[in-house]
Amino acid sequence: MRAVVTVIGKDTVGILAKVSAACAKYNNNILEVTQSILQDLFVMIMMIDISNCTIPFTEFADEMAALGEEMGLQVRAMHEDIFNSMHRI
Amino acid sequence: MINTKDILETIRMIQDENLDIRTITMGISLLDCCDSDIGRACNKIYDKITAYAKNLVKTGEDIEKEYGIPIINKRIAVTPIAMVLAACEKKDPVRFAITLEKAAQACGVNFVGGYSALVHKGFSPGDRELIESIPEALSVTDHVCSSVNVGSTKSGINMDAVALMGQIIRKTAELTADRDCIGCAKLVVLCNAPEDNPFMAGAFHGAGEPDCVINVGVSGPGVVRAALAKAGDCDLTQVADIIKKTAFKITRMGQLVAREASRRLGVPFGIVDLSLAPTPAVGDSVAHILEEMGLECCGAHGTTAALALLNDAVKKGGVMASSHVGGLSGAFIPVTEDAGMIEAARKGCLRIEKLEAMTAVCSVGLDMINIPGDTPAEVIAAIIADEAAIGMVNSKTTAVRLIPAIGKKVGEELSFGGLLGGGPVMPLNTWSPARFIARGGRIPAPMQSLKN
Repeated sequence: MRAVVTVIGKDTVGILAKVSAACAKYNNNILEVTQSILQDLFVMIMMIDISNCTIPFTEFADEMAALGEEMGLQVRAMHEDIFNSMHRI
Repeated sequence: MINTKDILETIRMIQDENLDIRTITMGISLLDCCDSDIGRACNKIYDKITAYAKNLVKTGEDIEKEYGIPIINKRIAVTPIAMVLAACEKKDPVRFAITLEKAAQACGVNFVGGYSALVHKGFSPGDRELIESIPEALSVTDHVCSSVNVGSTKSGINMDAVALMGQIIRKTAELTADRDCIGCAKLVVLCNAPEDNPFMAGAFHGAGEPDCVINVGVSGPGVVRAALAKAGDCDLTQVADIIKKTAFKITRMGQLVAREASRRLGVPFGIVDLSLAPTPAVGDSVAHILEEMGLECCGAHGTTAALALLNDAVKKGGVMASSHVGGLSGAFIPVTEDAGMIEAARKGCLRIEKLEAMTAVCSVGLDMINIPGDTPAEVIAAIIADEAAIGMVNSKTTAVRLIPAIGKKVGEELSFGGLLGGGPVMPLNTWSPARFIARGGRIPAPMQSLKN
C-alpha cells in the first residue's frame, strides 16, 4: 500500500529532513520525492510505502497534519487510491 | 509516480473549491420489523438500525482521514414507515418517529430519512395516519426527515394527497414557528420518488432494495465553477466538455468512497448519486456556475438553458465514472442552501416562476423556498400539483420543499443554520386555486407517446 505526502507552504530550512524523519519514525519507506517552487510556494510530493507502517494510517495522517502546523506548512498524507481513481481510467 | 499536476489539482479541489462527499447513506429495510404491537415494532426497529449502523459514522471518519476527502454527512434511510405502520393495530406513528430519532442519536448520524408514505395512486392502511402525524413528528424530533410521494408517470397524481400535503406543510411550519419553521426543511413532497436516493429530506429505502445497502452522494459545484473560470471565454460545446470531465473526476471519488465504505461495513454497494449539491458556503454554489457561464445573475433569461446544459453534462460525465448510478443525479437548486441563489432571490432576480421552469430540466424541484407565512394551504397544494405535473409528464423526479415563514412577509428572512442555510421570503402569485384543489380525485397518467 502506498500513500502520497504533500507539503505546501513557504520554503524554510529542514522541511525535507523533518518530513523524512517522521516517515522513518513510523517505518514508512520513501519511494520517490519531487519538489518545486510554484507561484512562490514550496511544493514537495513524496510517494511512500505504508505497508509496514507501525501505527494505523489514519493516525499517521494526523501526525503529519500536526507536523505541518508546527512548521507553518500544510502537510497531508493521503492514500494513493484517491489520486489514481480521480486521474486514471 | 502519479503526475504532480494531478496531485495538486486534487488537493486544490478539496482545499480551495469545497470538493467533498456530501453523504454516505446506509439504506436499511424495516420490513422484517413489522408487528401488530407497536411497542414491539419500535423495539425491533431500534435494535436493527443500531446493529446495522453502529460502525457507519466511524467508518466514514476513517475513510475521510485516510483518503483526505471530507465526508460531510453520514445518514440512514429506512423503509417508508407507513408500510411498517400498516401492520400495527394501534396506529400511533409518532412513536416510530421518536424511535428513529433515538436510533439516529445512538448511531451519531446526521439525519434519518424514511418517515414516509407512498400514496401516488391512493392511501393504504397507515398512510393517512402517518401523513397526518408528520407535523407533530417533525416538531418533536431533530434528525428525522419525512417525504410523501404523491404522483408518478405511470399512475398520475393523487390530488387528494396533494390537497392534504398543502395543509400538512402549513401545520408543520406552525408547530415549529419558534424555530424558524425548520420542520418544513425536513419535509418533501415528491413525484416519481427514487427508491435509492441518499439525499435528504427525500431519502427512503424502497421496497425493491436489498436488506441493507450503501449509497453515496457526491457534491462539488465549486470545482465545476473553478474549472469554467479557468477556461475563460470558450463556446458552450467546450463548456459542456469541461463540466463532463470535472463531473467524471468528482464521481470517481464518490465511487471510491462508496466501494470502500461498502467493503469495510460488509454491506452491498448500491449507487452513487451524481448530484452537484450546493451549500451556503461561499464557493459552493450551483447559481455561481450558471453565472460563470455568462449570466449576470441566476434567474435571468437563459438560466433554464444554462441549467439544462449543466445537468446533462454532469450526468454524462458521471455515468462512466461509477459502476452504478442512481438516486437523483443532476444539479440541485435548493434556494436557501446556495449562496448564489440566496443572493439572486434577495435581489428579486430569481423568482418562483423561473425556479419552476428550472425544475423541468434539473434533478429535483422547488427546493428550500421560503414563502409568506399567510400563504393558504390550497396555494401550497397548487404549487405541489404544478411541480408534480412537470415530473409526471417529463418522466422525472420532481419535489417540493417549501417553508411557510409563519408571521413573516416577503423580504423578511428565515435562518436554519448548517447545510440548510437561510434566505429571504419569496413572493408568490396570490390568485386562488381553491376550487381546483377542492375537487380532489386523481389526475390520470399521461400519454407516453405523441410527445410534443
